[in-house]
Amino acid sequence: MIAQSRLEPSRRAQGLIGVVLTGFCSALAAGLLIMLLGYVIVQGWGAINPAFLTQLPRPVGVSGGGVANGIVGSAIIIGLATLMAIPIGGLTGVYLAVYGRGLGAEFIRFLAEVLGGIPSIAVGLFAYTILVQPFSHFSGFSAAFAFTVLMLPLMVRTSEEAIRGVPIAIREGALALGLPDYGSIIHVVLPAARPLIVTGLLLAIARITGETAPLLFTAFGSQFWEVNPGNPMAELSLQIFTYAISPYDDWHRQAWGGALILILAVLVLNVGARIAISRRPRRS
Amino acid sequence: MIERPTLGGGEAAPEEIADVALDAVAVNAWYGKKLAIRDVSIAFGRNSITALMGPSGCGKTTFLRCLNRIHESAIGARSAGQVMLDGRDIYAPGTNPIVTRRRVGMVFQRPNPFPTMSILDNVTAGPRRTGLLKGARSLRESAEEALGKAALFEEVKDKLDAPASALSGGQQQRLCIARALAVKPEVLLMDEPTSALDPLSTLKIEELMGSLAKDYTVIIVTHNLQQAGRVSDYTAFMLGDADRVGMLVEHGPTKRIFTHPGDKRTEDYITGRFG
Repeated sequence: MIAQSRLEPSRRAQGLIGVVLTGFCSALAAGLLIMLLGYVIVQGWGAINPAFLTQLPRPVGVSGGGVANGIVGSAIIIGLATLMAIPIGGLTGVYLAVYGRGLGAEFIRFLAEVLGGIPSIAVGLFAYTILVQPFSHFSGFSAAFAFTVLMLPLMVRTSEEAIRGVPIAIREGALALGLPDYGSIIHVVLPAARPLIVTGLLLAIARITGETAPLLFTAFGSQFWEVNPGNPMAELSLQIFTYAISPYDDWHRQAWGGALILILAVLVLNVGARIAISRRPRRS
Repeated sequence: MIERPTLGGGEAAPEEIADVALDAVAVNAWYGKKLAIRDVSIAFGRNSITALMGPSGCGKTTFLRCLNRIHESAIGARSAGQVMLDGRDIYAPGTNPIVTRRRVGMVFQRPNPFPTMSILDNVTAGPRRTGLLKGARSLRESAEEALGKAALFEEVKDKLDAPASALSGGQQQRLCIARALAVKPEVLLMDEPTSALDPLSTLKIEELMGSLAKDYTVIIVTHNLQQAGRVSDYTAFMLGDADRVGMLVEHGPTKRIFTHPGDKRTEDYITGRFG
């Protein structure tokens, strides 16, 4: 459209400037991302080997070792957070989508929105105050709680939208068969909304996978195998943080390796989310 | 083809309904504060087909949705009046709407098969989830019977496990009819069941209505005059007033309504003078 010859020269020039400017910024944005990814891959690739994935960290000065406890700790903490966030976030979404009229529902939506904007370090501080201080020790569970709080806003919003996206006629079809209210939701509406709910869940998991700040005073970190969430636990992004600010070259190398693993994990989650979206049943 | 009374031929239904299956008495319905229909009273004869006819917005769908208490499932919607199903008011205190909906089935304007379920699962959803039938064998048998009654079995018998969304629009609508029949209702409500379908699919469903009326009391909403004339024994004509509140204008044997309407407004509608 821009290159139409009938346009006045000044307009064509304006159009050209627009194309160049927007194109340049797009290339810049994409370029920065590609550079970041490339840098992490180049730096991290060398650190990744079987020992890195299967061994415990070694003491300072002893080279080698790995972040196996951090990977396991991350899996346990994120798994616990997911287990707590699915029912709370999902059922809140059902409530808002199906019964959510009036002030109460608006208030919940408002809260979810505000909660989504709270810095994660504040959420970590909150978890510290109610789950670490009273028990006088750090724990994986307090980290999982902080992660749950961080997941909820996204979970609530996406599951409400997913359920709202199921045509009312589908639910009425179930009601007309004599299914009770909850039966129509459990057996008909939720299965139809599941792909989008799963997508929201995967994106929420991806978001917390990269979080470090709340872990500083909840999971705290550990040099040992620790699979009991009642105790302080190692966590991958926390290990990256610790290693990165250390003065040792070997630890720097391992920090890059850990970052690469984190990026790969988030990538897998995002691709999974896209696949889940594309499987959404089409309504004619 | 269609063995129902048709305009200018066939046996006309009697003016008096001898055996009333469903009797609506002074039904009013609201959406929030807005009154949608006022004092609609229609009696429906057992194993007959009644067409609810009228222009858009005359409340015919709202009235239909009061007959199985699905109207009240919308937030802010309520109704008043009596609907006697075999002599007992479905709105009497303590009456469970779920039980009513099993006895009064419904087919919707657009085919609404459950999107994540197979053809078979769509039909067994009602009996399975309401505890009517248990065991895969009896569920499958009842599903095949319902699909047969909906004139769909022959077309889908080799792909019962295929997703329902793979069917054509007309097939999907007959699937929805089979799904409604599977819970063994006494009355079948059909809300403009062919308005989203092509003429051939429409013809199939109209033929189907004729055979369904042998076992069920059928009530169909249509804004299509020809369809009302083709398929129904009785016709009720509804109109909205100046405040867009729907009311019944008249109700009687289809043949009489179409040839000797008792009300000037019915005549105007039938002859295409407004609407």
